[in-house]
Amino acid sequence: MTDASATAPLPGIAPSRSVAGDIWRQFRAHRGGLAGLFVFVFIVLAVYVGPYIHQVAPNTINVRERNQWPSWAHPFGTDNLGKDMLAQVLAGGRISLAVGITAMLLALLLGTLVGVLSGYFRRLDGPLMRMTDLFLALPLLPLLLVILMLFRDTLRSAFGPETGIFILIVFVIGITSWMHTARIVRGDVLAVKSQEFIVAAKSSGMREHRIIIRHVLPNVLSSIMVSATLGIASAIITESALSFLGLGFPSDFPTWGRLLYDGANFMQLTPSRVLWPGLAISLTVLSVNFMGDAIRDALDPRALKR
Amino acid sequence: MFTYTLRRLFFAIPTLLVISFVIFALLDLAPSDPTGDLPLTIPPEVREQIRASLGLDQTFLIRYLKWLQQFFVNEPLNLLESLTGWQFGDGERMRVLSWATRSPVVDLIVQRLPQTLWVVGLAYLFGILIAIPIGVISAYKQYSIFDQVGTFVSMVGYSVPTFFTGIVMIVVFSSYLQWFPSVYDTNLRVTDLDSLWLQVKQMAMPVAVLALYNASQITRFVRASMLDNLNQDYVRTARAKGVKEKAVLLVHVLRNSLIPVVTVVALGVPTIFSGAIITEQIFRVNGLGQLLITAVQGADIPLVQTLTFIFALLIVLFNLIADVLYGILDPRIRYD
Repeated sequence: MTDASATAPLPGIAPSRSVAGDIWRQFRAHRGGLAGLFVFVFIVLAVYVGPYIHQVAPNTINVRERNQWPSWAHPFGTDNLGKDMLAQVLAGGRISLAVGITAMLLALLLGTLVGVLSGYFRRLDGPLMRMTDLFLALPLLPLLLVILMLFRDTLRSAFGPETGIFILIVFVIGITSWMHTARIVRGDVLAVKSQEFIVAAKSSGMREHRIIIRHVLPNVLSSIMVSATLGIASAIITESALSFLGLGFPSDFPTWGRLLYDGANFMQLTPSRVLWPGLAISLTVLSVNFMGDAIRDALDPRALKR
Repeated sequence: MFTYTLRRLFFAIPTLLVISFVIFALLDLAPSDPTGDLPLTIPPEVREQIRASLGLDQTFLIRYLKWLQQFFVNEPLNLLESLTGWQFGDGERMRVLSWATRSPVVDLIVQRLPQTLWVVGLAYLFGILIAIPIGVISAYKQYSIFDQVGTFVSMVGYSVPTFFTGIVMIVVFSSYLQWFPSVYDTNLRVTDLDSLWLQVKQMAMPVAVLALYNASQITRFVRASMLDNLNQDYVRTARAKGVKEKAVLLVHVLRNSLIPVVTVVALGVPTIFSGAIITEQIFRVNGLGQLLITAVQGADIPLVQTLTFIFALLIVLFNLIADVLYGILDPRIRYD
């Protein structure tokens, strides 16, 4: 028994690589997921590299060229102040993606923490899961709106208009979207905890936090990854929805949702103002959702049979 | 089952109390002053009187308990009185008053409820009616063209946010083709066929946007649940003993597959009320969502508190209904 567990890690390295290879093969087999990956990489590249190619500052006001339809100088047209829409969509994308990814990371951190704690420590399970249920019963969008309305001025004066709103939005999205991750992680931890290698680690005198980090977390990583991808999508949608309702970022610090909100009043004059930010949100979310589907299929042991 | 329901109902009470406390505390502890928007020329003592008239001179706990009494005792009694015509006491009860309009919050909600129920409820119903056949056919013909197109469309419908589909529909159908009005007219009374047609026209776009979104979500559930059931042994048994394919699919598989779908549909009902905030905003439907937005923008704290709590109440209630339904529909589930 001891021999088996002592020799297990050595060959264990090689299969773990091939498991990753397996997953990648499964992922590639999912055409939607592969297309989603390409589109997502393209959007990220466009948003971060694009400004070096299209060198127009997003906030330059040029009233003579206002409300223009797409042209070579302004591929996406201009808005009612003559700001270049392509530059604004690119700048907005940087903020939207940053908000989506940071909020997802925060939600993931919270969700994993709560999930692992309540799955691993029996005494914490009851209270933590009651708290999760409580959060799930809160009406989130109304609450987000209310929190933003009430706290934006305070934070804006404390951290400046841009950082304050960024912190606030990331924080509120993060603390209101960790519940599903927590539930999934808890279920997985419960399943992992009853397996022999955890008992072995415990009986060898390993500290609890080492067991969690070395043995439990790597085994629940797959479901965390799926919730991570889906978390980016929902965070981007939530941020755009808040900005669309006029309670998100200010218009001189545009995100895709804010651009859509500002453009909605001009949609008959220059439809491209709503088209491009909206398409950008939709494509990003769609590609991320397809990637999430593909990862879930790739990690699903039932799918390996096919 | 009955004791389970009772136990759940019993547990719902502390949950709701905690939620109401959280909502109340969150709104109350926020650094905002309801008299902050008033002109600076108002003398401080008058300002204090205004604060007292809003009930702000009391401590936090007293205000919370009073709100609880108003919401859970006074308002239901009022509702009962107006419904049955009975009289309880002298009928002089403190009601939850909106700061902006100075009218009872519940009256405002009752005014806005029909629009939301019509537009959003109808959209939910249409969503379910579209989703079930598409999900069934997609699962039955897995990997066929129909399935691939259906899965892709449902993914798109689920990913594209409603505020984008709504705006695109307004640009195409309202400003370019001019088929439908882009603003919902609440004053329209349906008296004859013409006004009915107008009503249908103004409801078409918001209902379509929301129905598409709901349908794509539910389709995914129906398809997954059907796929789970189609591979079960009982399906093979039914086919082997010569049951017609139509009966296998529609009687055996569909009925079993709809069990989880029913609970998902029940869980989604609260979003009818709160989730349509954005759609109502785009099409200017003055329903509950718009009431909430105007209340949030106007810092009308009592209205926001009450509306948010009603949404939370609906979520807790429908969670319970979903669990109980699951137990009733699926005899394999035993809670006791």
